[in-house]
Amino acid sequence: MSLDKNGIAKRIAQELIDGWYVNLGIGIPTLVANHIPKGINVEFQSENGILGMGPFPFDGEEDADLINAGKQTITALPGAVYFDSSTSFSMIRGQHVQLTVLGAMEVSENGDIANWKIPGKMVKGMGGAMDLVASADNIIVAMMHTNKAGESKLLEQCSLPLTGVNCVKKVVTNLAVMEILPEGGFKLIERAPGVSVEQIIKATRGKLIVDAEVPEMVL
Amino acid sequence: MINKEVKSALEACQGIKSGMTLMLGGFGLCGIPENCISALVEMKVNDLTCISNNAGVDDFGLGLLLKQRQIKKMISSYVGENDEFERQMLSGELEVDLIPQGSLAERCRAGGAGIPAFFTPAGYGTEVGEGKEVREFNGKPHILEQALLADFAIVKAWKGDTAGNLIYKGTARNFNPPMAMAGKITIAEVEELVQPGELDPNHVHTPGIFVQRIFKGQKFEKRIEQRTVITKDH
Repeated sequence: MSLDKNGIAKRIAQELIDGWYVNLGIGIPTLVANHIPKGINVEFQSENGILGMGPFPFDGEEDADLINAGKQTITALPGAVYFDSSTSFSMIRGQHVQLTVLGAMEVSENGDIANWKIPGKMVKGMGGAMDLVASADNIIVAMMHTNKAGESKLLEQCSLPLTGVNCVKKVVTNLAVMEILPEGGFKLIERAPGVSVEQIIKATRGKLIVDAEVPEMVL
Repeated sequence: MINKEVKSALEACQGIKSGMTLMLGGFGLCGIPENCISALVEMKVNDLTCISNNAGVDDFGLGLLLKQRQIKKMISSYVGENDEFERQMLSGELEVDLIPQGSLAERCRAGGAGIPAFFTPAGYGTEVGEGKEVREFNGKPHILEQALLADFAIVKAWKGDTAGNLIYKGTARNFNPPMAMAGKITIAEVEELVQPGELDPNHVHTPGIFVQRIFKGQKFEKRIEQRTVITKDH
C-alpha cells in the first residue's frame, strides 16, 4: 500500500528535531503539523509574518488579520510573534529556520526543484519558494511519486522552469524516502509499507541508487 | 508634532496621476489599503504600475483596479487568485514582473533605506536570475537585485497617530512596513487614529518619519480569502 498524503506528512514529521524552527509549504507540507512526535517542540514559521503558528481557529473565532502564507485563517500559540515580510525573509535567508518542507512538480537527481510555473498553462508566481529553497540548509520535498498521468516526478533533469538549483536534500513520496546524494542520484532509504523496491524503480525516472536491503518505513 | 492628518481617502490620494508607480501593502487580502483602492477606482487614474505581493481577487483588493483596466504593470510574487488577472496577462494587456517574495520585500526595504541594490541567492539558476549580475560570496552564487521606489506607497495599519506613527495587527503587518519606507509620498490608512502621545513609543512599528499622510478609513470590510476553521465538537 502506498501512503496517502497524511502518511507522507507523518513520515516527514519523524524528521523533526526538538527546538527547530520549521517552515511548511502549502498542501501536503501543511499536514506535517498534525503529526509532531511526542516530546518534540518545534515552532512553525509562516513567511507572511508569524512564528508560533497554531491550528485553524474554531468556527466563529476566525480573524481576518491572522492568516498563514496559504491565506488560510489560523491561530497564534502563546509566545507567538508577528513581523513584517522583510524580517520574515531575513529569518529565511539568514538560515535561522532549520527546516523547510515544500511540495514540488518535479525534482531532479542533482537536487533541482520545479514548483512554480507550467509555461502556457499556469503562471501564478513563486511566492516565497525561491527564497526558501535558495537559503534553507535542510529542504525536504513532500509529493506524490508520479503525476496524474502516471509519469515520474523524480527526473534526471527537470523539464519545467526551475525554482532552485542543487538544493533538495530529501524527498518523501507516497512510495519511498530518498536522499539526494551530493554527487547526484536518489538514494533509496526506505520504502512505504507494502511497496516493493521494483515498484519504486518502475516509478522513478532519475538515477535511483538501491542497496541490497531497503527497510520499510515504521509509521 | 507635525500633523499629517487628512480627512478622507480621496484627499490622501490627491496627486496620484496616471502612469505613476504605486506600492500597496498587504498579503492576499490581509492588511490591504482598501479605502485608498476604492478612491483610486473613483479617481479613474490608469496606466499604473502596482508593486504589491498579490493582485487581489476578482471583486476585491487590486482586482477592482484590474477590472477597470487601470493597471498597466504588476510587480508581484504570487498572483494565483484572480481570473481577470490571468486573462489580461495571457492576452498581453497586462505586463507582469514576478519576483521572489523575499526579494520583493527586501527591494522595498532597500529602496527606503537608501541601499540601491543587494545580492541574494534567491532565483539564481532560474528565470529570475537571467540577465542579472552574478557574484559568488562564501562559495555560493548570488544575483544582484535592485531597490524599488514608488511615487506613492499606500499602507494599512491598525492604529496610528496624527504624526504618522503606525502599529499593525497580527499578520496584517506583512509588506506594509517595508513599503511605507519606500514611497516618495507614503499614505497610511488606519482603523483608529489618535493624538500624539496616545501610542506607546515602545510599541510603534513604523516611525512617523516614513509617513506623509494619514487618515482614518471610513470602512474596513477585511474580507477573508480562505476561511479555514475547525468545529468545536472536533
